[in-house]
Amino acid sequence: MTDIASQNTDDGMILPEAFNNAFRWMVLARTFEEKIANVYRAGKIVGGVYVGRGQEAFSAALAVQLQKGKDIYAPLIRDMAGRAAFGEPVIDAARTYMGSARGSMRGRDGNIHRGSPREGVPAMISHLGAMISVVSGMLFARRLRGELGDTVGAACIGDGATSTGSVHEALNMAAVEKLPLVVAIANNQFAYSTPNTRQFACKDLVDRAIGYGIEGTTVDGTDLADCLQGFQGAISRAKAGKGPQLVIGTLLRLSGHGEHDDSHYIPDEIRASEIGKDCLAVAREKLIAEGWNTEDDCNAMEKQAAEEVENAILKAGGEQPPDPYSHDWNACSSERFRDNLTDQ
Amino acid sequence: MSITYLEAIRHAQETALADNPDVFIYGQDVGAFGGAFKATKGLHDKYPGRVIDAPISEDAMAGLAIGAAIEGMRPIIEMQFADFSTVAFNQIVNQAATHYWRTNVPCPITIRLPSGGTPGSGPFHSQCMEAIYAHYPGTIVMAPATVEDAYSMLLEAIYTDDPVIFCEHKYLYYHLKAEKLPRQSLPAESARVTRSGRHATIITYSAMVHEALLAAESLKEDGYEIEIVDLRCVKPLDTETILGSIARTGRMLVVGEAFPWGGVTAEVISRISSEGFHLLDAPPARLNARDTPIPYHPELWRYHRPTANTIKSAIQKLLKD
Ligand SMILES: Cc1ncc(C[n+]2csc(CCOP(=O)(O)OP(=O)(O)O)c2C)c(N)n1
Repeated sequence: MTDIASQNTDDGMILPEAFNNAFRWMVLARTFEEKIANVYRAGKIVGGVYVGRGQEAFSAALAVQLQKGKDIYAPLIRDMAGRAAFGEPVIDAARTYMGSARGSMRGRDGNIHRGSPREGVPAMISHLGAMISVVSGMLFARRLRGELGDTVGAACIGDGATSTGSVHEALNMAAVEKLPLVVAIANNQFAYSTPNTRQFACKDLVDRAIGYGIEGTTVDGTDLADCLQGFQGAISRAKAGKGPQLVIGTLLRLSGHGEHDDSHYIPDEIRASEIGKDCLAVAREKLIAEGWNTEDDCNAMEKQAAEEVENAILKAGGEQPPDPYSHDWNACSSERFRDNLTDQ
Repeated sequence: MSITYLEAIRHAQETALADNPDVFIYGQDVGAFGGAFKATKGLHDKYPGRVIDAPISEDAMAGLAIGAAIEGMRPIIEMQFADFSTVAFNQIVNQAATHYWRTNVPCPITIRLPSGGTPGSGPFHSQCMEAIYAHYPGTIVMAPATVEDAYSMLLEAIYTDDPVIFCEHKYLYYHLKAEKLPRQSLPAESARVTRSGRHATIITYSAMVHEALLAAESLKEDGYEIEIVDLRCVKPLDTETILGSIARTGRMLVVGEAFPWGGVTAEVISRISSEGFHLLDAPPARLNARDTPIPYHPELWRYHRPTANTIKSAIQKLLKD
């Protein structure tokens, strides 16, 4: 993408407003994830912790331009910022991590595997690549019912997931169906420890769009403004009936794969390169330099996020875990089809 | 007028399309062409935009159905052959089957699997997948053996709020005929005593019901009255009906066309042995396909799956025990 020529873009996005809005969710996500990582290190989390450090701009820039109640948003591992921007209350993230029975997954699934499908947020399964066609199905249903309007569906994945058959099938199918789908690929250079050179042999992931007959854009994932503009274009093209859009964010995972991983395999040169910049620090600097917000306001935003996160984690941590004795151990919703095999 | 098993499947889909705007059919060649077996013939023209050709992408087909079901639709996915559903396995067992449990939002999809062997179909167009899907919590697996059941159970599948794996048998598609479609039927989750007897019970489902009937007819000449229980629904299993039958006969042979390892026959024996051991006068027996891939040549194929002859021998042995 090019530099921002004006503060207001073609499609009416007011950049300072969108930028501030996204920044707020980036701060909240970073604050939450730093806190939850500490709680993990203190041994208080059942299961793993996966953070989106370094990917907050790319994640928030998409979700901040979607509308809950209308659009569909399928976040993945590193989309705390996007989830928050789409309207997920912090308490839900805290509850799912802390194993509270009151979280949306009720202790049946944990950490990043959470969602509220009826509110347009499918709950990711672990199997990478599987969520894109689900978003397509949601769009497809609305189109069949004549309720599509200007809905868009967005699905997030990583560079590694692009190697799955699922992603290929889903992109091809969405292209055939010409669905208003935006697929965000956070190219953080690694899939767990595997570098892109061992993941795919194409020159650039964006070229894959040509093969599917869809449009593709690359944005600088460390630059919030570029991410906002890239997604804005993609969303408006999808809404205008131009079919699926691929948006690739070039960035670096500034964390281990999970909090158990020290990411020693990421070479120092990459960390020190342009893509290794911290999108949050870059955005903060720009916000103040452009005069879109003040240092004081940024400080206040950070303080507020810290309080909100602290409260959510305290609250979730104090809540009851699920009770195996009173739990409804039925995997089927239809009572008459429940198997008579229970405890054998 | 007579109706085949295949026509019953088409009628059930047509009834559902007519009655409920949330129903749609998605699968390879199901549109104007009417499906590889013609199970959707004519539906594309009658219900424009709701009987839709899919690319050869079983994973994405199932994913699309799941997404649509989340939105409250009742999609029917036709797999061209049951065998190819392995490509959608992940979406079916990990996404669809876990959905209600994880999110409290039901996933009412019907996956039609043209199943089972026909002569000359070979290793990849003949499989019976019921046990694999039944293994996973959150699924319902139906395997109708009659024209009437093909119709009524498919309608029940479509209106069930959970993922239903509907195993329809290709051998029965054209071989079975009925005079008319049922107005009322036994609920899908109930097994049926297809034939009453008193010397032994054959518990089976799908195409094997008909092999069992032939075997029973032949054993009648030797003075044996063989009861046959048609499971109809593989999951959940109607153990009560089976136990009732074993209480009458004291001997059981469980027959399935699928591979032997694990599977429906093993599950039935396991449950009946633990719940009805006292009812058994002889060790429970089972008969499955052989433990090899399904052969192409009809001469080999006939010796791969259970037939009336092998069922008869198994019963004769069981009666001596
Ligand atoms: C189909 C599948 N295979 C393997 C895994 C295990 N796994 C979880 S995350 C991950 C790496 C994902 O890399 P990428 O898609 O680049 O996303 P990133 O973690 O870098 O954000 C792997 C291999 C999985 N979840 N799903």
